[in-house]
Amino acid sequence: MSQTSTQTPQKVSNTGTQATRVIGALAILVTIWVVISGLVLTPADVVQGESVRIMYVHVPSAWIAYVAFIVTAITSAFYIFSKRHSLGFDRVAGASAEVGVIFMAITLITGSLWGRLTWGEFWQWDPRLTTTAFLFVTYVGYLAVRRLDGSIEQRAKRSGVIALLAVVEIPLVHFSVVFWRSLHQGATVLNPNGDVKMDDLMLFTLFSGVIGFTLVFIWLVLHRQRTMLLSDLVIERAIDNAILERQNEGVGR
Amino acid sequence: MKKITNRSRVVSAVFIKDLRIEARSRVVTNQVLPFAGLIMIMFAFALDNDDVLQRVAGGLIWLATIFSLFVIVQRSFAIETDDSALDSLRVAGIDLSAVFLGKAFALTLQLIALDVVLIASAFLLYQVQVSAVGIVLLVTCVTCATTGLGFVGTLYGGLTAGANGRETLLPLLLLPVVAPVLIAATRATEAAFGSGGAATSEGWAWVGLLTIFAAVFGIGGSLAFGPLIDE
Amino acid sequence: MTSEKVVDFNDVVIVYDNFPAIAGATFYVNAGEIILLQGPNGAGKTTLLRACAGLLPISRGAANVLGCDLRSDRSAVRSRVGLLGHANGLFQDLTVLENMLFWSRLVGANKLDIEQAMDAMGLSGRLSGITVAKLSAGQRRRCALASLIVRRAQLWLLDEPHAGLDAQGRDELDATLRAARDAGATVIFASHEIERAQALATRSLLVTTGTVKTI
Repeated sequence: MSQTSTQTPQKVSNTGTQATRVIGALAILVTIWVVISGLVLTPADVVQGESVRIMYVHVPSAWIAYVAFIVTAITSAFYIFSKRHSLGFDRVAGASAEVGVIFMAITLITGSLWGRLTWGEFWQWDPRLTTTAFLFVTYVGYLAVRRLDGSIEQRAKRSGVIALLAVVEIPLVHFSVVFWRSLHQGATVLNPNGDVKMDDLMLFTLFSGVIGFTLVFIWLVLHRQRTMLLSDLVIERAIDNAILERQNEGVGR
Repeated sequence: MKKITNRSRVVSAVFIKDLRIEARSRVVTNQVLPFAGLIMIMFAFALDNDDVLQRVAGGLIWLATIFSLFVIVQRSFAIETDDSALDSLRVAGIDLSAVFLGKAFALTLQLIALDVVLIASAFLLYQVQVSAVGIVLLVTCVTCATTGLGFVGTLYGGLTAGANGRETLLPLLLLPVVAPVLIAATRATEAAFGSGGAATSEGWAWVGLLTIFAAVFGIGGSLAFGPLIDE
Repeated sequence: MTSEKVVDFNDVVIVYDNFPAIAGATFYVNAGEIILLQGPNGAGKTTLLRACAGLLPISRGAANVLGCDLRSDRSAVRSRVGLLGHANGLFQDLTVLENMLFWSRLVGANKLDIEQAMDAMGLSGRLSGITVAKLSAGQRRRCALASLIVRRAQLWLLDEPHAGLDAQGRDELDATLRAARDAGATVIFASHEIERAQALATRSLLVTTGTVKTI
């Protein structure tokens, strides 16, 4: 049944490896650069003033939110359609969804604040923001399905199917919202970063932000799927013990 | 050829069974339809403005449909889990996608009955009007939208049926999925009613979206239903 | 009676809800046998029956039922077995006849099969038109058994089938199981009614704490 029972049990104090240390260090460095550049070095916008700086958090977060969604979808597809049904795919899918949900929340919050500062409103029916809101709720639902009772394989199969359904559902939501908003022309060009004139430094900082957030995403997912593996191992070990206990019950004392 | 006749036999058996149970027990007719009518009245209390009500009638109809959908879906699966009939269906060794289609079509029929009541209340309570062309649009819209809702309702209803607080998961999973139906059906219905100056011609594009939605979840649901309800 | 194995379990572990309901079961059942599963509550009899029906995943070991490997393809075995669990699997708002017609349509049984099954369980006549909700527990059990009969399954799996039946019902049940065996099926049933069950069974297995021993 399990691919995990071939692991030799050993005392594990952390889930770090050479790879994650390198990635983590890089992530910190890039993030520090983005913070300095975004807050200090880059100029304020002609129209929006200092509030344009939210862009350096909002845009990369949105990027990661969608990357996480795609990673979950692809790994779920691999789990379901591959012959071996390797649970590693399921763990990455789950980890990516958990991290993705956080970045989706950051996207929504920063987007809302940015809109407030720029246009005076906390929320507008901007298609991208609305779709992100739906993505967020869909993934909260996905995580809830992962927590339903059942075996590890059941969890993987169920949530894998839900993730694939989300792949078809999200474009449908997006198109509906886009067509819907296209009915209301004029006053609703609500994408604050549509108006920003970007010079080279701003572009570079934005790009660095995307790189930095991607590194953070990878680092988090690697660690999270390892802790998932460990907790699955604990469950397996408990089952092994329970089997022995149950067999001994019958042998009589 | 035998495979196909087997499947359609299962689909019709499940479809007839679900409708017969409803005809006998009248849970939807006696409980859900009055509930839906009441929602329409409550909207009037809350919104308290005849012009506004007439303008937003399309949206209110579909909101009430979706709220009632949860109850109807849970009832649809309560009859299966009551006496572990779902287990017997699994052991029967039949194609579970056929069970999915049978239940989805039965659900769709019940939703159509629901929408007839809701649209009638909109005429009575909100003073909407409809032209001859609008009626054609309205009927098509209702057919396509309820078919899509029937598919997704059966799919997620199957997943959340049964034990341990799973039923509370149904709204969380279902609401994001039915959002496109809410948007498209409302716009098409408003076009049929001519609310806010919308022309009926605008409604047909939205009906197209409803059809795509129904097709996607008809196929997706047939494939996903079996794996989702298996242990 | 041939010695071809209808059920063949080797060191099978079945984990349900992170608990090993079956913790290493090894046993076999030959074609044409009537097997009695004895054992205390919680021993795993129900789990074993459900697993043989292809409803539960096998965690470890090798399990073969009617030539199907339960680890790789347990859905294949389902159409060849009939399972009567603790619940009856009936629709409360439909009549006995309507329930029978539904389950029969699913498996392609004809009118004659239905009539014979209902006769065998004493459900023809007045009872056939009564809704299940209005029946007594014993009458519902008989209806569930009738829908099992029309399946013409190769392997019959019954979980405490005598429970709730009156004396006549139990006699009818025993006759039905013998008739099934004579027609070539194999029967495995769990029961607490040791005397009656042992008269019926050709062999007994003891299920305790997730393991199986031959008695």
